[in-house]
Amino acid sequence: MSGLNLTLKIWRQKDAKTKGQFETVKINDVSPDMSFLEMLDIVNEEQMKQGKEGFAFDHDCREGICGMCSLVINGMPHGPDHATTTCQLHMRKFKDGDTIVIEPWRAAAFPVLRDCVVDRTAFDRIIQAGGFVSVNTGAAPEASTIPVPKADADRAFDAAACIGCGACVAACKNASAMLFVSAKVSHLSFLPQGKVEAKKRVLAMVAQMDKEGFGNCTNLYECQAACPKGITVDYIAKMNREYLGATVTYAEKVYGKD
Amino acid sequence: MILDSKIPGGSIEEKWTKHKFELKLVNPANKRKFTVIVVGTGLAGASAAASLAELGYNVKSFCIQDSPRRAHSIAAQGGINAAKNYKNDGDSVYRLFYDTVKGGDFRAREANVHRLAENSNLIIDQCVAQGVPFGREYGGLLDNRSFGGTQVSRTFYARGQTGQQLLLGAYQALMRQVAAGKVKMFPRREMMDLVVIDGKARGIIVRNLITGELESHVGDAVCLCTGGYGNVYYLSTNAQGSNVTAAFRAYKRGALFANPCYTQIHPTCIPRHGDLQSKLTLMSESLRNDGRIWVPRKAGDTRSPDQIPEEERYYYLEEKYPSFGNLVPRDVASRNAKQVCDAGLGVGSTKQAVYLDFADAIQRMGVAGVSAKYGNLFQMYEKITDEDPYKVPMRIFPAIHYTMGGLWVDYDLMSTIPGCFVLGEANFSDHGANRLGASALMQGLSDGYFVIPFTIGGYFAGTKLEKVSESDAAFEDCKKQTEERIHKLLSIKGHRTVNDIHRELGNIMWEYVGMARNEAGLKTALEKIPALRAEFWENVNVLGSEGSFNQNLERAGRVADFLEFAEVLTLDALHRKESCGGHFREESQTPEGEAKRDDENFCYVGAWEYKGDGVAPELSKEPLTFDNVHLATRSYK
Repeated sequence: MSGLNLTLKIWRQKDAKTKGQFETVKINDVSPDMSFLEMLDIVNEEQMKQGKEGFAFDHDCREGICGMCSLVINGMPHGPDHATTTCQLHMRKFKDGDTIVIEPWRAAAFPVLRDCVVDRTAFDRIIQAGGFVSVNTGAAPEASTIPVPKADADRAFDAAACIGCGACVAACKNASAMLFVSAKVSHLSFLPQGKVEAKKRVLAMVAQMDKEGFGNCTNLYECQAACPKGITVDYIAKMNREYLGATVTYAEKVYGKD
Repeated sequence: MILDSKIPGGSIEEKWTKHKFELKLVNPANKRKFTVIVVGTGLAGASAAASLAELGYNVKSFCIQDSPRRAHSIAAQGGINAAKNYKNDGDSVYRLFYDTVKGGDFRAREANVHRLAENSNLIIDQCVAQGVPFGREYGGLLDNRSFGGTQVSRTFYARGQTGQQLLLGAYQALMRQVAAGKVKMFPRREMMDLVVIDGKARGIIVRNLITGELESHVGDAVCLCTGGYGNVYYLSTNAQGSNVTAAFRAYKRGALFANPCYTQIHPTCIPRHGDLQSKLTLMSESLRNDGRIWVPRKAGDTRSPDQIPEEERYYYLEEKYPSFGNLVPRDVASRNAKQVCDAGLGVGSTKQAVYLDFADAIQRMGVAGVSAKYGNLFQMYEKITDEDPYKVPMRIFPAIHYTMGGLWVDYDLMSTIPGCFVLGEANFSDHGANRLGASALMQGLSDGYFVIPFTIGGYFAGTKLEKVSESDAAFEDCKKQTEERIHKLLSIKGHRTVNDIHRELGNIMWEYVGMARNEAGLKTALEKIPALRAEFWENVNVLGSEGSFNQNLERAGRVADFLEFAEVLTLDALHRKESCGGHFREESQTPEGEAKRDDENFCYVGAWEYKGDGVAPELSKEPLTFDNVHLATRSYK
């Protein structure tokens, strides 16, 4: 197969305070075996040879697991390939002559730092609110003391597969973080180790999610379609049930001081 | 320099217990008076930061990523070893210790390795309690698999994402301490220098990667948990951001760098496709449990694999190593792949690949069985190569994956700079010249959860620490030097991109300091590296400004350090005239082409001391003694 000739419209934005705009770049003879980010590497090399700064984009492991890469590609977070992060997207998914639009995640809770790089620390703060099991180092019982039914362990794993990339937020027109939050809530509440704090956890994490400015869920399922790790909206349903139960039965106020 | 490893006395089984008792303690009320700086948030860094904060220390945690959850430990696939003996197959702490010393080709410290094996079981307990979803059997108990270099099943796993799940466990523990106010988190910060006052590590200079601002941070101790240096080869399985900068800055401030030539080549990576490739992707070596490795017997055989009859296939590992077969250690598997490719037996368009065939496994377990075990790896392979491994054999080739060398540390994990501790892949201590599969995760977490919480207390209790502040001259000086270096990088305005020079460095390293090394090649590298470094400082083009988000500048600083470090690595490889583990000197091999150690002359840790720019570093030796696992030729036949 011969190389692809492409037109790219890439988001440029100096910093959080400056207004951004699309910039058009042409690139020729792209190998179909190349990854999307390798294609952008070449774009940046070319930009630099012309004395211009490259486009900033987040990336690290380039094997689909760290959750660092982002990019909305032709309107789709992580691009057109199903269950794939941007770094695992390959150019063979595009056709010669295509125009590709590349933008950052768009959400009030994820401010743009530069070009296609956004600030996702809101996700860390949601985890800080309760996305853990309170066990200090050294306090753990022997690992096989509590058997966990394989089905529960598997379902917990399916939820724990979330890489915290934020595609779910970027895909949602309300910029809701429900898929991310429900995945963590479910991962821990499926396991006996996480059940002890389950009620407190779901209330605290949802409260923090609201505080960060993520929108509400209106059941559009765009998050599920965009998720590179195949996290399903079933977890949102599960979390809603947990949340409702917890608000009724959990006495301690965890909504904050006011 | 005399390297005092401070290995405690007593029998191998009692050293750690005895040492923990002998270490002085810091009273709980006094712990809050100490601040510990932890750089890096992988398994070692996150587990250390969380555990130290739980004890009551104030912790400042730094990472270059946007979130501590993204450190490269997350990409580890296969598993984590522990001597639980859940399979009742004869495993024990002593056997894990024994296998690791032998696997490391007798170039690790026995005492450290035994401690690692002791801690292995505690790690599994801790991770399960945190909610790490390890693979389980139908009875609800934890499952194990076997891994390269061992004959027992002791590897705990979480599908093909063990590193991710362990890291999320440590990350969540870290986030809990952030919420508790005991850890202050600094993401998107890169350590630019280590501040040493009165001979002790007292802080760091970091660059805020969003604003470009240089910040000074004071601490009573600094823990470097900054990973390995595999990216000196440009193409590796490491994340793009993985770098040697923090460790190398500490080296330049007086920490010795040990065994840099011990690099590990992982046998099961997806082969390269072209010159513009940015990284190599590893597939867990657990694939070697069920996949069979082969090449055609005849050189230049271009038939598709399904057309090659059984008797014309060369299952070289099974033939040469009947008892371990496809499960020989990584270095042996990698070198054999290179040998068959060098002999013209390689497959695929580049001829730099061998087959990893699952046809027999599919016949035995069915597609569903194979998919349950390796589904995500097969999917990943297909995504990258556009080939279906259920139908055609995978093509694999070795790639740089892990670096056993690192900053020299004593038994307490302290470098030659008092107060500067080094944990995880960044130190040198536990894997010798070759790391066994599923041992990296174990070491990172052992160091962070179960070693540093004790040894750092011993340091604080026995050390007088003067009060220092960010405005002290030492901080100002370091900051100024960092600033000057950044200005210099930005002022060169030459014609080559950072990436272009990095790629050239990688080619030199892979060609001359790669899987097989010889004196002539290493000497060539020692001419080429300084020349390329000189070109970098005259002809690199770094764009943008210092006071902004600037990925080009970040990368330039890291490549500048790789260009210096590469020389130290090569010098080490040149001086070590023996073959051991991942370090294969062509001059030192058996008639069958196996690595030949020279215990008489090289049974030591080689640690390099910085002596100034343009001056050769000085070698110090820490002799290694083997009182328990007796020096023997490794044989996996």
